[in-house]
Amino acid sequence: MAATAKTIEQVKSIGGKYKFGFVTDIDLDFAPKGLSEDIVRFISAKKDEPEWLLEWRLKAYGHWLEMPEPKWAKVSFPPIDYQDSFYYAAPKSKDDAPKSLADIDPKLLETYAKLGIPLQEQEILAGVAVDAVFDSVSVATTYKGKLEEKGIIFCSISEAVREHPELVRKYLGSVVPYGDNKHACLNSAVYTDGSFVYIPKGVRCPMELSTYFRINAENTGQFERTLIIADEGSYVSYLEGCTAPMRDENQLHAAVVELIALDDAEIKYSTVQNWYPGDEEGKGGIYNFVTKRGACRGRNSKISWTQVETGSAITWKYPSCILEGDNSVGEFYSVAITNNRQQADTGTKMIHLGKNTRSTIIAKGIAAGRSDSTYRGQVKILPKAEGARNYTQCDSLLIGGDCGAHTVPYIESRNPSARVEHEATTSKIGEDQLFYCRQRGLSDEEAVALIVNGFCREVLQQLPMEFAVEAQKLVGISLEGSVG
Amino acid sequence: MTALLDIKNLHVSVGEREILKGVDLTINPGEVHAVMGPNGTGKSTLSYVLAGREGYDITDGTITFMGQDLLALEPHERACMGIFLAFQYPVEIPGVAGTTFLKTALNALRKYRGEGELDAMQFLKHVRAKAKALDISDEMLRRPLNVGFSGGEKKRNEVLQMAVLEPKLAVLDETDSGLDIDALKVVADGVNAMRSPERSMLIITHYQRLLDYIVPDHVHVLVAGRIVASGGKELAHELEAKGYAQYADAAAA
Repeated sequence: MAATAKTIEQVKSIGGKYKFGFVTDIDLDFAPKGLSEDIVRFISAKKDEPEWLLEWRLKAYGHWLEMPEPKWAKVSFPPIDYQDSFYYAAPKSKDDAPKSLADIDPKLLETYAKLGIPLQEQEILAGVAVDAVFDSVSVATTYKGKLEEKGIIFCSISEAVREHPELVRKYLGSVVPYGDNKHACLNSAVYTDGSFVYIPKGVRCPMELSTYFRINAENTGQFERTLIIADEGSYVSYLEGCTAPMRDENQLHAAVVELIALDDAEIKYSTVQNWYPGDEEGKGGIYNFVTKRGACRGRNSKISWTQVETGSAITWKYPSCILEGDNSVGEFYSVAITNNRQQADTGTKMIHLGKNTRSTIIAKGIAAGRSDSTYRGQVKILPKAEGARNYTQCDSLLIGGDCGAHTVPYIESRNPSARVEHEATTSKIGEDQLFYCRQRGLSDEEAVALIVNGFCREVLQQLPMEFAVEAQKLVGISLEGSVG
Repeated sequence: MTALLDIKNLHVSVGEREILKGVDLTINPGEVHAVMGPNGTGKSTLSYVLAGREGYDITDGTITFMGQDLLALEPHERACMGIFLAFQYPVEIPGVAGTTFLKTALNALRKYRGEGELDAMQFLKHVRAKAKALDISDEMLRRPLNVGFSGGEKKRNEVLQMAVLEPKLAVLDETDSGLDIDALKVVADGVNAMRSPERSMLIITHYQRLLDYIVPDHVHVLVAGRIVASGGKELAHELEAKGYAQYADAAAA
């Protein structure tokens, strides 16, 4: 409990600023509702952070106050009442951090088991190292030993701030600055936890690194922060998967993910996003406002994003690549499925700075019910990007007559030697295809799942095997009730 | 013997237009029936109605399959009970490998029947033997279903599906259309290999040619929405010689 006492001291030393009278309740699992400078300080103090990080958070908060919300996306929702959310929630646990699975609340483990993620089995069988984030605080990290042998750091970002401050300080906010956009500002000010990965020079990470994000407490906005650094000549594949229990209230989620690839390094980042999308009438559901960006800093580096987005009431997400290093490669493979009243505005930005940089964008949007799906992408070739190439393919599939699909590509080329290709198609799921499948014994839902999986195949096959199977099932589940 | 399929006084309309005007047809287990007729006479309508396609109004009559009211069932339920339609124009399903499609279909059928699903190894073993007989390579099985297939490949693929799914009643809709003589023989061999006392077939064709290779037990002539003549296999040859014109009066009656 020494750390807690220290925290109380720190908070007190900030001096008389706490209007809410919760200073004496520093042991509380929740910070009070609402957002203020005090809350930012509270979070930083709770996490025992160094001064520079608090300063950085405060700058972000200051920016957030000034900055307007991005309005260009094709999504609509009532104004967010930022004062109606909690910004800090820790799991109920006696000790500050569990040392192993044995230390973890059995109820928590039960929840994971229900969601089909038995941590213990994963540790033993799957060879996947899991840094599970539950209500904003990492509660379990596995396989650390094995990774440490190779010099790989895989831990919560809070731990990284304590154990590897030089790395965090060097790279945090270097790809997504705290003032990048309103949602990223908010994240920078109040992020509570997330994952940190560092792969040393020349090391190929021997396993898929995986984090499961979950949102589980009422009214708790989630502000995860992920930072992955692949040093020269290294390789890592990172999986991020999400599920969430049913809930009624809209929840804001504003994560930031930063990737840095140095010379000859490669990062593969895969996401399956399945948060609560709201009910059939659009009640409830998660607002998923995420800023994901990777910097190919080094020569011949490569960053590949693969995402399967099926959940959330609103998705606002553009995993992007800044191709700085000569010959660097950026890839974006995306499946976005919307049903009922869901809205997705998602795509990517490929910014070509270095010579002979190449990017590939394959985006598949599937809209059903009364949902709206927009692909929004930018390909920008800067004057020095001699020989840059981009290939973009956007396909939309409509199910039923009440949904919408939109493709909004921005292409800007300032180098005459660049080559940019864009292909787009929109189609409706065919009655003849459905009948053919049904005649072979498939129910309506099985038929839709099969046809849509075929439509998404190029993207799904980019996923690591164990994820691909899950994603295929998810495609079917998320389109239930869309025909018939 | 209890009939497998019993169609009584079937009237079918599409929009305002009546296509089938009182069709009666009984098929017993193990029998192969051929329905012949000129274009636009309702042959394909009959096959789609059996399979349960939307857009066809059944204005009168009944269809009983294995003692059940077939018209009350969904298309996939009919398939699961053992009705298979080999399509005149097989549909392309991009991104879905032939094997994936077949495995999904077979397991859907097995699940409906309360049988366990086959795993990938069991399934491939089951399919490969049948594919070989139809001259279908592993490469073709892996390709997206029907996408870029030639006419012959599509039809062979339909027969492969039939062989794998082992229906009780196979309806072959103009399976000979678009086939050259060599492809026709391969397809016919595949179909003949499936003839058994437990399996019935309904072969829908415009030409007698296919019936030289798949010899039916019964032949029916469908003209203007009615079966105007029924007989043995020799009826097909008679039609080939005399054409459908002789039935024009009967149809109008």
